[in-house]
Amino acid sequence: MLQSKSFVRKTKQGKVVKVVREHYLRDDIYCGASICQVCDSTGARLSPDASTILILDTNVVLNQIDLLENPAINEVVILSVVLEEVKNKNLSVYNRLRGLCGNALRKFFVFSNEYHKDTYIKAMVGESPNDRNDRAIRVAAQWYQKHLGSATRVLLITNDRENKRKATEEGIIAETVESYVKSLGQPDLLDLLVQPAAGDVSMEDAEDMRPSKKKVIYSEHKPMSEITSGLHRGIYHQGKLRVNRYNPFEAYVGSESIGDEIIIYGRSNMNRVFDGDIVAVELLPRDQWHEEKSLSIVDDDEDEDDNVHLAPSSADDAPRTTNIVQASSADSTSAPSRPTGRVVGIIKRNWHSYCGSLEPMPMPAGNGGIAHALFVSKDRRVPKIRIQTRQLGNLLDKRIIVAVDSWDCLSRYPSGHYVRTIGQIGDRDTESEVVLIENDIDSRPFSSQVLGCLPPIPWSVSTDDLANPNRQDLRHIRVFSVDPPGCRDIDDALHCTLLPSGNFEVGVHIADVTNFVHPGTPLDDEATQRGTSVYLVERRIDMLPKPLTEDICSLRADVERLAFSVIWEMTPEAEIISTRYTKSVIKSCAALSYVEAQARMDDSRFNDPLTTDLRNMNTLAKIMRQRRIEKGALTLASAEVKFQIDTETHDPLDIGMYQIREANQMVEEFMLAANISVAEKILKQFPVCSLLRRHPSPTREMLEPLLRTAAAVGLSLDVSSSKALADSLDHAVGDDPYFNKLIRILATRCMTQAVYFCSGDLSPPEYHHYGLAAPLYTHFTSPIRRYADVVVHRLLAAALGLCKLPTIFQDRPQLTNIADNLNYRHRNAQMASRASVELHTLIYFRNRPVDTEARIVKIRSNGFIVFVPKFGIEGPVYLTARSEKGSGEWTVDEQQQKVKKADGSVSYSVLQTVHVHLEVVEPQPNRPKLQLTLI
Amino acid sequence: MEYVSPEGLRLDGRRPMEMRQIRAEVGAVSKADGSAVFEMGNTKVIAAVYGPREVQNRSQQLNDQALVRCEYTMSNFSTGDRMRRPKGDRRSTEISLVIRQTMEACILTHLMPRSQIDIFVQVLQADGGTRSACINAATLALADAGIPMSDLVTSCSAGYLNSTPLLDLNYVEDSAGGPDVTVGILPKLDKVTLLQMDAKLPIDTFENVMQLATEGCKAIANYIREVLQENTKQLESRRGT
Repeated sequence: MLQSKSFVRKTKQGKVVKVVREHYLRDDIYCGASICQVCDSTGARLSPDASTILILDTNVVLNQIDLLENPAINEVVILSVVLEEVKNKNLSVYNRLRGLCGNALRKFFVFSNEYHKDTYIKAMVGESPNDRNDRAIRVAAQWYQKHLGSATRVLLITNDRENKRKATEEGIIAETVESYVKSLGQPDLLDLLVQPAAGDVSMEDAEDMRPSKKKVIYSEHKPMSEITSGLHRGIYHQGKLRVNRYNPFEAYVGSESIGDEIIIYGRSNMNRVFDGDIVAVELLPRDQWHEEKSLSIVDDDEDEDDNVHLAPSSADDAPRTTNIVQASSADSTSAPSRPTGRVVGIIKRNWHSYCGSLEPMPMPAGNGGIAHALFVSKDRRVPKIRIQTRQLGNLLDKRIIVAVDSWDCLSRYPSGHYVRTIGQIGDRDTESEVVLIENDIDSRPFSSQVLGCLPPIPWSVSTDDLANPNRQDLRHIRVFSVDPPGCRDIDDALHCTLLPSGNFEVGVHIADVTNFVHPGTPLDDEATQRGTSVYLVERRIDMLPKPLTEDICSLRADVERLAFSVIWEMTPEAEIISTRYTKSVIKSCAALSYVEAQARMDDSRFNDPLTTDLRNMNTLAKIMRQRRIEKGALTLASAEVKFQIDTETHDPLDIGMYQIREANQMVEEFMLAANISVAEKILKQFPVCSLLRRHPSPTREMLEPLLRTAAAVGLSLDVSSSKALADSLDHAVGDDPYFNKLIRILATRCMTQAVYFCSGDLSPPEYHHYGLAAPLYTHFTSPIRRYADVVVHRLLAAALGLCKLPTIFQDRPQLTNIADNLNYRHRNAQMASRASVELHTLIYFRNRPVDTEARIVKIRSNGFIVFVPKFGIEGPVYLTARSEKGSGEWTVDEQQQKVKKADGSVSYSVLQTVHVHLEVVEPQPNRPKLQLTLI
Repeated sequence: MEYVSPEGLRLDGRRPMEMRQIRAEVGAVSKADGSAVFEMGNTKVIAAVYGPREVQNRSQQLNDQALVRCEYTMSNFSTGDRMRRPKGDRRSTEISLVIRQTMEACILTHLMPRSQIDIFVQVLQADGGTRSACINAATLALADAGIPMSDLVTSCSAGYLNSTPLLDLNYVEDSAGGPDVTVGILPKLDKVTLLQMDAKLPIDTFENVMQLATEGCKAIANYIREVLQENTKQLESRRGT
């Protein structure tokens, strides 16, 4: 049956056009109940013994998605009209709903009522789209009841009073969410309910009667129409808002219309925004542009404070305070002050669920009743959230997840609802889980579909692989691997043979993961999503299932494995004469650790062929490294720490800096060379669809803190190019041995991180990798733990004509999406590792207060930030007690980077060595933190 | 954008392998020697054929075969916004050429030397797939004019969106930016006379998409044959034989 839909629509140019679309109605859409006699039940999702079938209204789905995700809610029919409305209103809820509908364990069925000949309705004259959709839902509910007969109860769940009334009139059983959930008799489900907004049927009068909360705290958001016209006229600016990680009362909006970041200070100017919201901002008058500058370590009415944390390893992790220092350091004439603004409206919310705990509070008198509590997120950028709970006693010492529902301008805090409990606060497993959730890392076990893609275990190289003409047999070559001790996922191995001509044949063999992970399989989709393996202190979250990671792909000693090899012929001066790429079969003869490899090279008693290979390689690597440094590669340093973990309790036993040996550098050198060779090859073959990695040059402003610090200690750094910077870093030798490393660590912090990109998106000069001083770079050498390498393996195989290029590479937006996702996952993985190290540092110091040496890295008006090299941590040291701040006892000299006592008796300058006492304190119960005090 | 829902329905309620409703009518323009109206869903085209007749421009006359000319136009009211289109713009010139070449392949031109056949096709309402609809209408009109042809030519398009081959794209799907494969076949002879695509598609998916379009062409051919037979029966009964 054919229907035509006709509606008017406004085009982007503002013209009004009439759109006519066909709309086919069908008789082959089935009800999804497996008991149904009439319908085809192959696609049925509702169980045969279901006595009640739920049909949900759109507002229920939009508001109560957390409830729907609870397994207690089942036998649900989602109408396509509801799906469509949800999709238009909130895409993230739509995706979650789609996830539910696609989940084989849940009984959610999508009924395409809009295309069914009996349930499609046309809008009546004068009927609003909303009313039409409500009617469509009722018609579908009625159809279901008639279709399934009286044995099954069809229950329409709606929170819309009008809809409920009409439904009852039409003879449909309708209930509100609250009454339905109550009828289920599971009290914990009630906490998942979102408080009804005004206009809906309210569950009970949950109005907050405290008079102090009644006053308007925030200014009203402007209506959307006003924002749109304001944006048009250029008085408002649109952009994504980023809250300062280290100061939740400072936010930045990257605005394209201004071409600069707009800073927003303070809670009222921020006007109820969350990190990641798309907002409209109005600029403040110029004379108010830096009114709220503050030099002190963040300190405000809420008693938030800068925690001791890991030393940042790049500019992305470091606190963003440079601008403030800059603005105050010089008179406003010289320093260009930055535009400051306030938020007038929110274009798109970025609300999701947050991880944290409840603020300690006394139990209310009537235990078991509803209590209001304040939720504090672990992420400092998120404000406190007010929630209602019936299980306060249970939740006080738990880490919980909370979702935000609304933020009224009368209320100081947003209101939200409880989603689920993770576990006891302070418990290591709970806190690790929190780290994973906060960084959006999927740590669930692999699904059966994914595991179904694995080859059967035990696996061994088959005769087919050996007979494959594209796969070279390199089993006779002496291949070995060098990795960290205890490494199970060995993805690279090396060989080095002296050729009769006096040249060397050097090979890098990488696990042939793409032989097992084929594009388009569930395994590949899962790996694309995960993007990278995540290394926490006590566990590893794999990108690929364990059998692949630790057995089939891992290039272990004395077993035959498939590999993808890059083989060079090199002169003894490490000049590459030729490069060859091939798939291969190898048999590693030794899996060495860095320590073992180093010991073999150093010990002159060893003279076996393997050690000779190692020494030859080391010689070549040194030349290559030297050449790279001459080209301007930076030797940067970061403060990596290593824990020794108790094998039974998984508690940290010892902590120390990660030691880098010559063997590490040797392996690294060949991996770099392989990556560069592969990058050249794939780019030559696929100029627009290669996946490469670039490292943008840091701008002058980014290096500003480094230069200022260096100037204060009388060092001048040349930052005009990476070569110049590398040279001046080499010459930066102070009076103590650690000075150079410290300067390098500070330099590393000023850099941004390298990113993946699709070669078609940028022009060739932008491909440059600043840190390595290489015009081209990619990741090829760790396909077991990074998805980027898997992509590059496929590209290289296609470039060699071994297989076809998967179709995805022809779709540039999709490739860009993959690159973006990889960057996002990569960054999250790093953040998670850091958070995990921080967590273990805290656990380690819990019973072990220590005195240690620290270096001042930043000066503040009431103290300074120190870096503890031994443990790789950084944190504030206060000179004045927090209560008596601003007493003026200490003065800061910006030029000299010094903080002096008013009488001049004591002064501290940057990079100076101080002794500090490290200890874990608990200012509030269940909130341990690390504290540094000067001794 | 989701062009095929997980339930397997397209935006207008069709399944991926389904065509829009087609309708054809022979003899819409009485002055012409042959004419037809062809509809595919909301796409509606009219075709009129004049000829074989004397060549208008003597210099173009061919001594061994007939001259086939084709003119494709879109009426101003064919799309939602009423636009005055210049005649002979790039797009319509191209489509005119495509239709002429496709039709020439099946007309037995050597039987009609020194004559001219004019095919006029006009789009009355456009909703994607005008090219295919025009070819189908032109076939009907040629048949109606009694011009000798080796076979009917029918055409249908297919696309590839959301990793699914889709038959007979409408305007919304056509403007999604995915590939659009237009195929024209001689169904009886099982030969391809037209194959157009201006996008990149891996060869194995392309084969599937083209296969789908060919199936569509065959279905259209069956329908067109029915319409012509019905038309012939009516002519027969009018003659009273």
